[in-house]
Amino acid sequence: MDTAYLSTHPAAGQESGPPLVSIRRVSKQFANGTIAVRDVDLDLGTGEFISLLGPSGCGKSTLLRMVAGLGSPSTGTIDWPGAGEDKAERDLGFVFQDPTLMPWANALSNVMLPLVLKHVPRREAEERAAEMLALVGLKGFEKSYPRELSGGMKMRVSIARALVMRPKILLMDEPFAALDEITRHRLNDDLLNLWWRERFTAVFVTHSVFESVYLSQRIVVMAARPGRVMADLDVSAPYPRDELFRTSAEYAHLCRLASGKLKEAIGA
Amino acid sequence: MSSSSPATAVPHDGTDAEARPLAVAEATVLGLPVSFWPRILAPIAVGILVLGLWEFAVRWNEVPSYVLPGPLLVGQTLIADWGTLSASLWVTLRITFMALAAAVIVGVALAVLFTQSKWLEMALLPYAVILQVTPIVAIAPLIIIWAGDINLSLLICAWIVAFFPILSNTILGLSSADHNLINFFQLHGATRWQMLRYLKLPAALPYFLAGLKISGGLALIGAVVAEFVAGTGGSESGLAYRILEAGYQLKIPRVFAALLMISLSGIAIFLATSLISHLLLRRWHESALKREN
Repeated sequence: MDTAYLSTHPAAGQESGPPLVSIRRVSKQFANGTIAVRDVDLDLGTGEFISLLGPSGCGKSTLLRMVAGLGSPSTGTIDWPGAGEDKAERDLGFVFQDPTLMPWANALSNVMLPLVLKHVPRREAEERAAEMLALVGLKGFEKSYPRELSGGMKMRVSIARALVMRPKILLMDEPFAALDEITRHRLNDDLLNLWWRERFTAVFVTHSVFESVYLSQRIVVMAARPGRVMADLDVSAPYPRDELFRTSAEYAHLCRLASGKLKEAIGA
Repeated sequence: MSSSSPATAVPHDGTDAEARPLAVAEATVLGLPVSFWPRILAPIAVGILVLGLWEFAVRWNEVPSYVLPGPLLVGQTLIADWGTLSASLWVTLRITFMALAAAVIVGVALAVLFTQSKWLEMALLPYAVILQVTPIVAIAPLIIIWAGDINLSLLICAWIVAFFPILSNTILGLSSADHNLINFFQLHGATRWQMLRYLKLPAALPYFLAGLKISGGLALIGAVVAEFVAGTGGSESGLAYRILEAGYQLKIPRVFAALLMISLSGIAIFLATSLISHLLLRRWHESALKREN
C-alpha cells in the first residue's frame, strides 16, 4: 500500500492549542563532562503516542527522566502548560526498563504503592489497584509475588502501577527491551489498547524502529554524541493497529521509511 | 520421591506466552520432604557413632572421670544436677535474650539514624567499630567496676559483643534498596518516613536477619565470657560460674554437663533465628527459595 507515509511534525510551539509538556532548548551535561542532551526543543501534545527513537547513548532516557523530574536540565526549561506549578501535582506514570517491583510485596500491594504514598484509604486503594490489575490482564494474580510471575507479567504489574493514579502522561523507558518477541508483541498490543481506552499521553523510549512505527503517532528520532533531535515524524497509519497491521505491506513500508530516516539522521 | 503434582493451571487470557515457574510438590515423610531426611539422619548417625566411640574409649582405657567423663556419666550428671544447672541456665539465657533485644533495638535504631544522616554515621561509626574490635575479655573487668551491678555489667558485655553484626548488616541493607525503586518513590512524592517505612526497612530485612543469626550466638558467648571474667555469680549464678565452680571442685562431669547445656542453647538460638528468617523471607527472598534447576 502506498497510502502510508511519514511526514514531518510541525516544529515545537507551532501547533494549535497548548501542549501538555513543553521542552525548550534543554541541555544536560553530566558531572564527568559528557553532554547527554543538547538543545532539545519538543512539545508533547495531550493524548499523543510519541516514541523517542535512537541508538544507545543518544540521551533519550536522560530526556525522559528529566521530563519525569528525575534530574533537572543543565540549561533550558521543561514546562507543563497543562498542569499546575507544584511538581507533586504533575500526574505522571513511569515505567522503567526493569519491572522494578518490590519483591517483598504481592502484585496488588505493588500496584497500590502510589495510592498508599498519597494516603488514599486502604479499601479504596485496594479496589483501584485490583481494577488496574484486571485492566492489564492480571485478574487472579493479586496475591502473587513478583518472584512467582514471568517477565512479561512483572512488566504488566509495573504498567498497572504506573497507571493506577490515572496520570495524564505515561513515560516508558524501553520497557519491553528485555522480553522475548512474542511477549513483546502482546504487550505492545495491550499497551495500545490501554492508551486507546484511557487516552493518556504516552512517551515511549525505544531503539527498535519496528516497535516505534507499530506503536506511535509520532516518532522523534535522536542521534548520539551529543544527544539531539534529528527528525520529528508523523506516522500516517490509523488506529486501532493490530496483528493485521503488523503483517501488512503498509507497516513494512513505514518501517523502511523510518529506518531510512534513522540512518540519515545518525549519519550512518 | 519424584511424584509431582500437576503444575498450577495458568489462565492465558490476555497474559503472555511464558508460563509461570511450576510449583512441583515432592513426596513427604512425617511432613518433611524425602530429600530433607538425610540432612537430619546423617548428623545424628555421626553423633551416635562418635559418642559410642568416646564411651568405649573411656571405659576401655579406664580414664578417671575427673580427667574425661564418658557421655553416659555426663548425661547422668545432667539429670542429677538438673535443679542447680537449669536455674543457672535460666540466668544465662535471660542475660542472653536481654542483650540480644538491646542489640536489636540499638543496632536498628543506630542504623536508621546513620542512613538518615551521613554526618552522624561518619562521627559515630568509628566508635562502634572500636567497641567491636576491643576484646570483651579485656574490658569486662572495667565494665564490672563501672556498672557496679553484676547483672547489669554482664548485660552490657553481652550487648557489646552482639550488637555490631546487627548494626553493620542493617546499615548495608538500608542502603541497598533498588535505585530505580528509590526514583519511583521520589516520583510519587514519598516523604522520608514513607521511603523508610515502605522501601528501606523491607529491603533491609534479609540483611538484618542475617545479622540477627550471628548476634544470637554472640549474645550467648558474650554472656558466658563476661561471667567467666567476673568470676562470681552474685545472688544468682549463670552457667559459666557453675563451670568455674565445678572445675575448682574437680567435678568434671558437671563441667561437661554445663558445657552441653550452653552448646544446646546456642544451637536452639541459631535454629530459632533461622526459623524466624525463613518464615519472614520464604515468599520473596532468593535465599529462602529453592532453585528450580
